[in-house]
Amino acid sequence: MSPYLGKARPRPDAAEKATGRAEYIHDIRRPGMLHAAIRFSEHAHARIKGIDTLKAERIRGVRAVITAQNTPEIRLGFLRDNVALKGEKVRQFRDEVAAVAAIDPDVAAEAAAAIEVEYEPLPALFDPASALDEGAPLVHERDAAGRPLETNLMPVHFRHSSGDITAARSAAAHAVSGEFSTPLIQQSCMGTAGALAEFDPRMNLTIWAKTQIPFLAQRDFNSALSQIGLAGRNTRVIVPALGGGFGTGLDTHCYEYIAILLAWRTGKPVKILYKRDQEFAYLSPRQSSTVRISQGCDAGGRLTFRDVHVTQDNGAYGSWGATYPSVMMIPATSLYRVPNIEFDCELVYTNNTYAQAMRGYGNPELTWALESNLDELAEAAGIDPLEIRRINCNEPGEVTPMGLRVTTCGLRECIEGVGERLGWKNKGGWGAGKKRGVGLASMVHVGGSGRIYRSDASGVILRLDDYGNLYVASGGVDMGQGLHSALQIMAADSVGVDPERVFITQTDTSTCPWDVGTHASRGAFTAGNALLMAAEKMRRQLFEAAIDLYPDLVEQARRSWIRANPDTPPADFDWRASVAPERFQLRNNLLSLRDTPPIPWLEIDLAKLIRAAHFRAGGGEMFTVEAFYDPPSELPDWERGQGNMSACYTYGTQGVEVEVDTDTGDVKIVAMVSVLDVGRVINPQALRGQIVGAIAQGVGYALYEQVITEKGRILNPNFTDYKIPTAVEIDFPLDLEYIETDEPAGPYGAKGIGEPGLTPTAPAIANAIFDAVGVRVRDLPITPERLLAALHARYDDHIPRRAPNAR
Amino acid sequence: MELNFTLNGVPISCSLPRGSELLLDVLRGPLEQTGTKEGCGKGECGACTILVEGRMVNACLTLAAEVEGCEVTTIEGLAAGGSELAAEQRAFVEQGGIQCGFCSPGMIMSVRALLDRDPDPPEAEIRRALAGNLCRCTGYSQIVEAVRRAAELRREEAR
Repeated sequence: MSPYLGKARPRPDAAEKATGRAEYIHDIRRPGMLHAAIRFSEHAHARIKGIDTLKAERIRGVRAVITAQNTPEIRLGFLRDNVALKGEKVRQFRDEVAAVAAIDPDVAAEAAAAIEVEYEPLPALFDPASALDEGAPLVHERDAAGRPLETNLMPVHFRHSSGDITAARSAAAHAVSGEFSTPLIQQSCMGTAGALAEFDPRMNLTIWAKTQIPFLAQRDFNSALSQIGLAGRNTRVIVPALGGGFGTGLDTHCYEYIAILLAWRTGKPVKILYKRDQEFAYLSPRQSSTVRISQGCDAGGRLTFRDVHVTQDNGAYGSWGATYPSVMMIPATSLYRVPNIEFDCELVYTNNTYAQAMRGYGNPELTWALESNLDELAEAAGIDPLEIRRINCNEPGEVTPMGLRVTTCGLRECIEGVGERLGWKNKGGWGAGKKRGVGLASMVHVGGSGRIYRSDASGVILRLDDYGNLYVASGGVDMGQGLHSALQIMAADSVGVDPERVFITQTDTSTCPWDVGTHASRGAFTAGNALLMAAEKMRRQLFEAAIDLYPDLVEQARRSWIRANPDTPPADFDWRASVAPERFQLRNNLLSLRDTPPIPWLEIDLAKLIRAAHFRAGGGEMFTVEAFYDPPSELPDWERGQGNMSACYTYGTQGVEVEVDTDTGDVKIVAMVSVLDVGRVINPQALRGQIVGAIAQGVGYALYEQVITEKGRILNPNFTDYKIPTAVEIDFPLDLEYIETDEPAGPYGAKGIGEPGLTPTAPAIANAIFDAVGVRVRDLPITPERLLAALHARYDDHIPRRAPNAR
Repeated sequence: MELNFTLNGVPISCSLPRGSELLLDVLRGPLEQTGTKEGCGKGECGACTILVEGRMVNACLTLAAEVEGCEVTTIEGLAAGGSELAAEQRAFVEQGGIQCGFCSPGMIMSVRALLDRDPDPPEAEIRRALAGNLCRCTGYSQIVEAVRRAAELRREEAR
């Protein structure tokens, strides 16, 4: 029984953060540092005819003004369809046209505003449908290789087809279809975006970056160095305290390359920081989506087919967010048992702001449609919504149509747990005019990392110093989710040291081992597994060293014990016979032998053993080990939609009771229940923070959040007009239960849990609203206006309108 | 102009070359007190919450010149004397009220102001008092529990 595992423990950096000592990108200064500002586009789509930087250059304190004309081109994005500074044309309002480095941020902003840009406006596209019209203007006339393009469809393909959907459709006893949409969402990290770039005298780059992918960023930035003529030079990426990630750090960004260009041009460290309004307007939001879905079942409620078509308005450039469908395929093919499935998608370039990743990565979008539509099917079939989910529940050991190998699966317990905890039997069922209602929705997500790259690995380096302190270096990023907390606990337990003696090394590509990045709820799973492998090596090395060194250390300890306790004769026990590597045990920094009497001098301080080994005459040793863990998963064939992309899968269900005010359209959450198969609880405090925090985001997604645009321009770039939940909105009782299925592939049996919390929240709420008032809203967010409109359309004039002043 | 005020119990003199400097920029810039965060610059998020004469204010909406002669407390000055953590900070650490931590200093300053006002606030009041401090990570549950715990710790300390 571990003394640390499964017990609440504050995160290792909590006190630094509570005292304001944690260092975020906003807080870092370097000697001689300059500040950058970017001049963004003033058109959604226009040709750049000329840029006049003269006025800006003349402002006192300005050190450099750069444009595409006076700097080398740096291409970025996985399609290489974006450039750091735009030269030919702008394709969105957030396009970077020029940038300034100056002695302070105000001067930089003033100079950026003084740059004069002449444009020739072009016809622009603001929705995927018109972008796909014949003869529509092209957002990109050429691809990265210069080949002419003929369409605004992005060259990315994600498809799945299994069974015979036509036959299944015509044979279905019940079938329903619907179109569901989700909006652009701002990730709303409390710490805004920023970077600080600095070249050393040998022209190697150091960049402090707000990134979730330090090693892929190193690759991207090294490629940028080549593009500016510094091939062979290296980038060191240092990750400061992040201030929230939520997917914003999955790509490298134009502003980072601009900081690099300005640092290169000026020879000074250059920092760029986004203000909140810039974060809203110029940092990519979550992808919006439209999902057309139909599902059918037999007379008994068993699902027979599912047909899913996704359209994503990608905006002007491709970020990793354009690969959302890779994750959408998971629920589409593997949430509940469905034998006949079609999935396809189209991703469309438009002149809207380009969108990027956010927590859940396509899964909330697809689950929103799937779980809302499943309730419609339940209604059509006359089956209770909870019952239809039980009937079609996934089970451990099944292989889904996509080829996902479901190892452990607690979905049945999750569904039934929600039913019990919510009091489903007493509350469920339809009834027109009723104001209170209950709803539920389930989810499946990758729980053992998600392979979207040839390597899905994490490295860990463990080092013990002469005082028994254990340093854990991982390439994963703690953005607030608690990776470092999980690593601290797992390291303490697996090596056998006091958690307070565990120190997590700051994420830095020059000191930490490679990691593909922190996404896909993978951090604790993959780094945890790497850590366990490294811990095993460390213990082996320690115990081998102890064979020679332990006897002398015990002898010393025994003597000093006798000196300190002259009246107590030492126990008569021949411990020497017990010395063997497999008999050693290490707990709380104390080395001892298994199955020996509790004799105090048999417990040796780990630090003493390490020093004895380190300073051993005739050749000492150090205790540094590394391990690299790549999960047993497959990179799927995306065009066939086949491949076991994760080592395991996380299933869960949320239930909610709502109260709908039919006069105002307000939705009040009365109670919420989440039952989640987490594999194993590592730190209940960190786990709860992840689940509750994600549910709060799910509530925002369901009820309020939406980036509003008009012809490509963002109209609500602030927290007054873009509401995220406050402590007042999340005031309902939240009942959390964890199903521990003890996943064999997981570290200590744990699965990834970063994203599941937000995935089923919106459909659970929409299903509860339907239960309460009998109307289905198919577009997020479910604002009072939308709900009132739906109520009016549904009831028309059946609801007696109260006369004014009737109260 | 010259500005004189007391910052975390220490008399401070600093020059304001323009006179229009925001208190937040002066704290974070020349005074190097970077514990106070800028999350929005518009008084919407509360990350820059500090106490001026014991009242909570958004440092991003306050001109530095306004605190002439005032007692200003920031997160750096919350723990009295040599103690490492104030009750509010300890409670946030112990109860898991901190994740990415960017909102934490401002949040904790709001809690100090709340508990100075009402040593044992009911949950609804706690939530109302924190409505001006946005957090994107925690969903607030463990923050509310931290506030209750901070109230307890303060009562214990007062005994």
